Amino acid sequence: MSTQSRATARSGETLPDVADSARAARQLDRLKGRSSWRQRLELSFLLGPALILFVGFVILPIAVAVYYSIYKWNGFGPLKDVIGFANYKRAFSDSLFIRAIEHNVIIAVLSLVIQLPLSIAIALLINRKMRGRGFLRLVVFAPYVLSAAVTAVTWSLMLQPGGFVDQLFKNAGAGSWVHAWLGDTHIVLYTIFVVASWQYMGFGIVLLLAGLQGIPGELREAAALDGATPWQTTRMVILPLLGPTIRIWIFLSMIGSLQLFDLPWIMTNGGPAGASTTMATYLIDKGIHSYEYGYASAVSVILFVFCFIFALVYQRFALRRDTQGSLTRMAG
Amino acid sequence: MAVIQATQAPLQRRHSKVSGPQSAWGTAAAYAVGVVIVVITIVPLLYVILGGFRTTAQINEHPAGMPSPWVWTNYKTVITSSSFWHFLLNSTVVAVIATGLTVVLGAMAAFALSRYVFKGRDGLYAFFTIGLMFPLTVAALPLYLQLRRLGLLENLWGVAIPEAAFSLSITIVILRPFMRAIPAELEDAAVVNGTSRLGFFWRVLLPLSAPALTTVGVLAFVTSWNFYILPLLVFNNQIHFTLPLGVATFQSQYSVDTARVFAFTSLSMLPTLIFFVIAQRRIVGGLTGAVKG
Repeated sequence: MSTQSRATARSGETLPDVADSARAARQLDRLKGRSSWRQRLELSFLLGPALILFVGFVILPIAVAVYYSIYKWNGFGPLKDVIGFANYKRAFSDSLFIRAIEHNVIIAVLSLVIQLPLSIAIALLINRKMRGRGFLRLVVFAPYVLSAAVTAVTWSLMLQPGGFVDQLFKNAGAGSWVHAWLGDTHIVLYTIFVVASWQYMGFGIVLLLAGLQGIPGELREAAALDGATPWQTTRMVILPLLGPTIRIWIFLSMIGSLQLFDLPWIMTNGGPAGASTTMATYLIDKGIHSYEYGYASAVSVILFVFCFIFALVYQRFALRRDTQGSLTRMAG
Repeated sequence: MAVIQATQAPLQRRHSKVSGPQSAWGTAAAYAVGVVIVVITIVPLLYVILGGFRTTAQINEHPAGMPSPWVWTNYKTVITSSSFWHFLLNSTVVAVIATGLTVVLGAMAAFALSRYVFKGRDGLYAFFTIGLMFPLTVAALPLYLQLRRLGLLENLWGVAIPEAAFSLSITIVILRPFMRAIPAELEDAAVVNGTSRLGFFWRVLLPLSAPALTTVGVLAFVTSWNFYILPLLVFNNQIHFTLPLGVATFQSQYSVDTARVFAFTSLSMLPTLIFFVIAQRRIVGGLTGAVKG
């Protein structure tokens, strides 16, 4: 028998089966209620509420802000004073807003060059069998679950002139290092960065530890067998495999830096003399203190566009390759 | 999307561990670093808690000293004041509403997006993920204006609803692949036994999704509990304040009575810390699992 005829014979045999299973599938569909009106009804019941909430409170406010942003408006009375792009022009010619952007960028860069290498080093170092590992993980993570408001107040108390931190420096014989941590315009931003690091670094370390847990131990052994030194193994094997976790870390850190608000708002109110103003504190200040809602809407739109562009570009170029599925996805 | 791949992570527990080179020096360094980290993390918390047991005079005289003698009045004043309990209650109400809304509506939407076949499904999913691109802080002022239009200012719902709306994105992104991974045979079996699709959702899918639901629930709760900017805009009347707002306000109101600020601050972090220690596995797993790459 030739192959062809065998194939024909088989397909001849299976034809009734196909018809059968098609009928069964139709029946199953009917049972499941896949008739189109019923499916539509179920879908609107399932998706409707979420969609209303999402459109009403996430999409619409931003869309309306775009509309408000072309008006000069103090928030009361009718919108009638169309001024076009003047609000946007004003933002980019206000030196305080430019400084706010600079402050956000400084925080972002400091996170990248200080927090990230430090976090990776710490994660690599404590990723070993040691006593009290669970406790360490717990403690490291704890500041992250506190509200930024509590963190801000706690550190404000410690950083008071002549307070706890100053006393520590004096006791350590480094009294000359004492500064007006929150009062000196040259220092305040870095103080806030330190406080932010205290709150958020632990989360990043736990994230990186989880990423490390996902890398099979055999890889390290194999590299060692091939004569690689521990340092080489770490650099050539472990770090590349940690890549996806690091890229997520960077993404979260950058978005976090862009929206920094609670700490400077509570600790310094953006001061002194605007030295710790961020885009978010600037924007809220224009809104609730000087009632310039049209202008504040424009600043919101600018901040939104920054975030959106960053997210899109970063996902397009840095995160996309991670979606192919990699070892670290199995991190536990 | 950053977080999408993240999503199956909580399902899969660690496979095998990589451990660093176990040299004696490395281990010693690890312990040393561990101790430093613990000290840096705990000292500020201890400082505030102990500060509550001192008088303002003691604090001013020896900023870095221990309580001597121990004073209980600060804590007593805070605990017997109604405002602390008010803030605590408000925080709880807001967080419970926000979490409930997020989990219920998110699960329903994720079910539709994962187990129904219809036109525009992927587009709709992509639409929901827009929320991951920008944090609520960015939209806070536009949201405030929106809530004002809706008459939701000075209203706990006015904070809870937007929080839930912003949590929907991550919730759907976590739940959809989870629900998708549940075998179709289960659904067919349920249907053959005469269960409707919604019945299948309620009786089979939801119980099976419990781990993922816990993750998104924890995420929504912690986010809401700590949220500051929206309550700041929405509430003017102290009656409505949540704990973070209360702490910040208390500090500026009683700046002269430092000891009381210490007591108030440490009491307000107590619920979080207790909750964290009790549910640490769920919280650490939930918060990191949600974003893991």
